[in-house]
Amino acid sequence: MVDNVIPKSLDEALEHLAKGDYQIINGGTDLMVKNRAWSETRLDFKKNMLYVRSLEALDYIKRENNVLRIGATTSLESLLYHEHVPSVMKECLHLFASPAIRNMATLSGNIGNASPAGDGLLITYLLDGVIVLVNAEGVRKVRINDYVKGPGTTDRRSDEMIKEIQLHDDAFDYTVFNKVGGRASDSISKTSFAGAVRHEKGIIKDIRIAIGAVAATVIKDKSVEHMLRGQSIHQLKEKIPQILEAYEPHIQPIDDQRSNRSYRKKVAMNLLEAFLRQIASKE
Amino acid sequence: MKTIDFILNGKPIRSELSADRRFLDVLRKELGLTGAKEGCGEGECGACSVLLDGKIVQSCILPLASVDGKTVMTIEGYKKTKKFKAIETAFLKEGASQCGICTPGMVMATEYLLKNNPAPSYDEIRHGLSGNLCRCTGYNMIFNAIRRAAKEGEGLW
Ligand SMILES: Cc1cc2nc3c(=O)[nH]c(=O)nc-3n(C[C@H](O)[C@H](O)[C@H](O)COP(=O)(O)OP(=O)(O)OC[C@H]3O[C@@H](n4cnc5c(N)ncnc54)[C@H](O)[C@@H]3O)c2cc1C
Ligand code: FES
Ligand code: FES
Repeated sequence: MVDNVIPKSLDEALEHLAKGDYQIINGGTDLMVKNRAWSETRLDFKKNMLYVRSLEALDYIKRENNVLRIGATTSLESLLYHEHVPSVMKECLHLFASPAIRNMATLSGNIGNASPAGDGLLITYLLDGVIVLVNAEGVRKVRINDYVKGPGTTDRRSDEMIKEIQLHDDAFDYTVFNKVGGRASDSISKTSFAGAVRHEKGIIKDIRIAIGAVAATVIKDKSVEHMLRGQSIHQLKEKIPQILEAYEPHIQPIDDQRSNRSYRKKVAMNLLEAFLRQIASKE
Repeated sequence: MKTIDFILNGKPIRSELSADRRFLDVLRKELGLTGAKEGCGEGECGACSVLLDGKIVQSCILPLASVDGKTVMTIEGYKKTKKFKAIETAFLKEGASQCGICTPGMVMATEYLLKNNPAPSYDEIRHGLSGNLCRCTGYNMIFNAIRRAAKEGEGLW
C-alpha cells in the first residue's frame, strides 16, 4: 500500500524526500488527472505521496528590484491578482484554465510537469527563470533551460523539491502573449508565444522571446537575444529575415491529436514575425 | 491513526479515510452530500465545484489531503445563506437552470465571482464562469442571471 504524507513543515517534507521514494503532489491538477481511476475507486498512485500544497511557508510572492520570487505552493490565482506580477504573466494566467483550476494549480507544478505546452513554463523561460531546489542538505539553483531536460523530465534529484522560482523581469515597453488552442482558455496550447522588449531612444536594451509547444521544450535562443541588444530598432527591422532564419531550425513540432506539424510551425513563425514587425513599427 | 480534520458547512469533520481519496467521492459516498455532481471527473466542467477556504475548486481532482485543516462549503451549506436566495431567485427568473446538473457548480462559481467582484461586467462574468460547462442553457441565461443576482442582491457581497 502507498503511504500518504501531509507534512506540516518544509523540514518534515524534506525528511520524507530524503528516503527517496516519495512523489511530490502540489495542487494535483496534473497528477490527479493523470492517475485518474473510475469514480469512487482509488486513484492509481504507484508511489508514496507527499502532499505539499498546504505548506504555508512556501506560499509567497516577493519582489526585489527586477527579481520576482514565487514560493512553490503559491496558487496561480494569487499570482493573477498580485501587484508584483508583470503584465505579460498576468495575460498568460488570465487564459490559464479557469478560476477553480488556478486556485489549486501552482507554477512549480507547471514546471515540474515539464510539458513543452505548459503556459507557466513559457513565462518562466521568457523571464529567465531560476529554479531554487532544496533538500535536507541545502539549496541549489538551476536555470530553467538547464532544469528542463525534455518532455516530462527535469534535473530534480529524488530528494529535492522546488522551493521557489525566481523570475527576472524588466521595465518592458512592449510585451505579447499568444496562445493558440481549441478554446480561448481551459485548453492545452497548440502553439504559444511570449515576447518582451525594452527600448530607449530607438535602441533595444532588452529583448526576450519564448516559443512553446513546438519542440521538446520551450524555445528560447539567448544568442539571438544578445545579438539584438544594443542594436537600433532600424537594424532589427533590417535583420528580420535573418532572425526568422535563426529560429527556424529550433521549431520542430510534432503531430499529435491536438494539431499537426506544418500548421504549428507556420503559426509559430507567424507569431514571431508579427512580434518583430510590431517592434519595427516603433521606429 | 492519522486523521484529516476540516470544517464542512460549519461542522467539524474528522476523517480516517485515505488522503488520496477524491474529495468528490468523500462528499457523495462517505458523507451523503450529493449536491456536487460528477460530470467529467477531470477538472474541465465544474459540476463538482466547492469552496475551499472561500475559493472555488473542482472536488473531482482535489485529494482529501488538500482539505486538511481547511474550511469547505458545498451547495448544501450555501443554500442556507441570503446570498444563495438572491442567486436562486435570479436563476429562476432568467430560466438559467434546465436539467440542473451544472447548477450547483454554477452557483458556487457565482458566489466566488461576486465575492471578489460584486459588480462584474459581462466579460468578467464570462471569465469567472469559464470553468463551468452547461449542456442545456447556452450560457446567456446563466450570465444574465448572474447580472441580475449582482444587481438585485446589491449590498450582500
Ligand atoms: C481543466 C484543466 C485545465 C488546464 N489548463 C492548463 C492551461 O491552460 N495551461 C497549462 O499550462 N496547464 C493547464 N493545466 C495543467 C495544470 O493545471 C498545470 O500544469 C498546473 O500548473 C500544475 O500545477 P499543480 O500544482 O496542480 O501540479 P501537480 O499536479 O501537483 O504536479 C505536477 C508535477 O509537478 C511536480 N511538482 C509539483 N510541485 C513540485 C515542487 N514543489 N517541487 C518539485 N516538483 C513538483 C509533481 O511531482 C508533478 O510531477 C490544466 C489542467 C486541468 C485539469
Ligand atoms: S466533474 Fe469535476 S470538473 Fe467535471
Ligand atoms: S442546466 Fe443542464 S447542464 Fe446546465
